[in-house]
Amino acid sequence: MKILKWTIGLIIFAAFFYFNFFIYDGELMLQLINVILFSSLLVLIRVIIGPTAADRIVSVDILGVLILGLTALLSIYYNESFFIDVGLIWALLSLIATLAFSKILEGRQLDD
Amino acid sequence: MTDIIGIILICIGIAFDFLGVLGLVRLPDVYNRLQAATKCVTFGSMGILLGVIVMQGFTSFGFKALIGIVFIILSAPTAAHAVARAAHRSKIPLAKISVVDKYEEDKELKDETLKEEVEV
Repeated sequence: MKILKWTIGLIIFAAFFYFNFFIYDGELMLQLINVILFSSLLVLIRVIIGPTAADRIVSVDILGVLILGLTALLSIYYNESFFIDVGLIWALLSLIATLAFSKILEGRQLDD
Repeated sequence: MTDIIGIILICIGIAFDFLGVLGLVRLPDVYNRLQAATKCVTFGSMGILLGVIVMQGFTSFGFKALIGIVFIILSAPTAAHAVARAAHRSKIPLAKISVVDKYEEDKELKDETLKEEVEV
């Protein structure tokens, strides 16, 4: 069972990297953007199947920081600087959501 | 020349991002996932923003990326500490292969000393 899991994961990652870097002929920046999009897909898998509530809170926090890097790459690709603003606001909102949810998970109220 | 250095920094950052997310999917426990994901993804996004600064110089790109780096350094450890404390306080169990739990021992020790003080 464990060997089956390892094999499936290895096949998925190898297929993604092979199709991204050898078959898909975009620019280098688009290939790097695809790697970050694949990472955020893995984070969304953890949000869906996470066994406890703390897993989901951690995943949402991580997703905010990943999107900040993604918007920095998009701003270089399109040569427009306002994409980084979108990422900053996204990371700020995910920080506030993480603090609020962790306080509720601990059993305290928001004005405590 | 600055383009090459910036692309190298961005590639290092993306490698750290991907490995951190792989740890988030793979590891068996909330605390292990927190340990792997938070540090690696923070450093990876910092690497990407540093590459943007090196590639574009001190234009509007560079200053916005600098603000982003300062914000990540201040915010990510705060969020990770809050989530870890809340997860341990709400009694989420550790993985079966974990060996030691110092925070639980500290709490038991504190409770014992409080009881002794009340009895005296």
